[in-house]
Amino acid sequence: MSGSKTTTMKDAIAELVRDGDTVAIEGFTHLICFAAGHEIIRQRRRDLTLCRMTPDVVYDQMIGAGVARKLVFSWLGNPGVGSLHAIRRRIESADPEPLEIEEYSHFGMVCRYVAGASNLPFFPIRSYYESDIPSVNPNIRAIRSPYEDDTEVYVVPPLRPDVTIVAVQRADPSGNAQIWGLLGCQKEAAFAGKRVIVVCEEVVDEAKVRRDPNRTIIPGVVVDAVVEQPFACHPSFAQGYYDRDNDFYLKWDEIAREPETLETWLREWVYDLGTHDDYIEKMGAAHWDGLKPEPMMSGEVNYGRYA
Amino acid sequence: MSAQATDLGYSKSEIMIAASARQLADERNCFVGVGLPNIVCNLAQRTISPNLQLVYESGVFGARPERLPLSIGDPTLVSGSAAVTSMFELFAYYLQAGLIDVAFLGAAQIDRFGNINTTVIGDYAKPKVRLPGSGGACEIAINARKVFVIMRQGTRSFVDELHFRTSPGHSGDPEHDAKRGWWGSGPTSVVTDLGTYFFGERSGEMTLATLHPGVTIDEVRENMGWDPKVADDLGVTPAPTVEELRLIREDLDPGGVYTK
Repeated sequence: MSGSKTTTMKDAIAELVRDGDTVAIEGFTHLICFAAGHEIIRQRRRDLTLCRMTPDVVYDQMIGAGVARKLVFSWLGNPGVGSLHAIRRRIESADPEPLEIEEYSHFGMVCRYVAGASNLPFFPIRSYYESDIPSVNPNIRAIRSPYEDDTEVYVVPPLRPDVTIVAVQRADPSGNAQIWGLLGCQKEAAFAGKRVIVVCEEVVDEAKVRRDPNRTIIPGVVVDAVVEQPFACHPSFAQGYYDRDNDFYLKWDEIAREPETLETWLREWVYDLGTHDDYIEKMGAAHWDGLKPEPMMSGEVNYGRYA
Repeated sequence: MSAQATDLGYSKSEIMIAASARQLADERNCFVGVGLPNIVCNLAQRTISPNLQLVYESGVFGARPERLPLSIGDPTLVSGSAAVTSMFELFAYYLQAGLIDVAFLGAAQIDRFGNINTTVIGDYAKPKVRLPGSGGACEIAINARKVFVIMRQGTRSFVDELHFRTSPGHSGDPEHDAKRGWWGSGPTSVVTDLGTYFFGERSGEMTLATLHPGVTIDEVRENMGWDPKVADDLGVTPAPTVEELRLIREDLDPGGVYTK
């Protein structure tokens, strides 16, 4: 059909992610596109500025693999587990090289995407009062309301990533993407991105999207590439498709503790595999069965037909 | 209420959880954190506060989790919840607009005025330990109507001087606090494994309200970096009830991950 943007992960990353780019792989615990992170590692991109509200295991892998020179974030950790050791080594001991950081709060990061997506010069929020955060990030600035109340608010600058990569449950070939469950800031980050890659668990017919248009979070008009990749978010989760693989998050704490074990893991699970499909196969069918939730269907709504 | 468990048949974590959960009586919209706050809020919802709406910064309002969530973004929070919102809506329309009655914050370091550090140990530019940073904590401290802190106590965490102020607490000057013009003006309570604290209305300073059974004031002093103010009517924290302990052990943390 006309306007299809479907492609492979390999081609999408090769064409749309360049050395030195500012890249956002978003997803708040849900729909974190590990498969894209691994492909960026495999293609050995360098000097990226990585943005993400919650750099978690995928950014620890990428930063441990040396793809980034700078990190923009609001919460840095292995959620529910602890630290990100590769990132900590670079921040605390410049090992093996320094990592520049620029940090916000969650609301600040969300509003940076909102400003980027809305073509605004800044976005005002009620945060950062009497906090030390603005003293270490001069991009967070205080202004006074131009109206009578004269309220002081803090403002954050727009974030417009060169590339935004978001995972979704399903999309049609032109990129109309549907998400349910936690929405994170997938929509804001996608609209803010100059180039956008949508990675979906499944590509569906346009007709299926049009049956339930309220669920379309990202319209194809802002999407450059659609990659169908099952289990793209493992060890994160896709609501209704598979659960978070918490054992892997726990294991990562051990793997990332030493540069050598991290390098061994990268070799075995990223460099030596051609694609994410190889990763799925290597993990084994039983593993994926164990992560599958019981179904819990939504009720249907009546949109009505107005012919 | 059921009978009290006897002979200290509970752990320090369990009394900390039970004491914190009771403070949620009469609260309505509660911003939950992962770990201990998660158990506290779920316990309160099943005991003294059945109408408590659990709100998670991942964008869930009115969660009814069927299992203990592994993180604040667990899929069990979504299924069966009242509403799922974008993170922008959650922070803007729910938190910043003042709908959150009480929020839980954790801390790597807390000072006597309830200022909180979750950013670095040591110098910011060359930290000894790089911690997670703010996440939502800074705006939660500023925009929630009340802030509750639950954390284990020690000289490394209860410090005279923070290495970094991530989230503002009381200033120590009540007139200044009143003029700030934001909802939150420092934590309301702190519950630890040794006792419970409130913050003095005039002083804005953390004040020991109750000691857990068997804990002495000396023990409290040994486990903090300043000499704490003590309430004139210093009391003893009521022990967890049999029912509270059953819920914690059988339903909320059967693996004993948080309650050992």
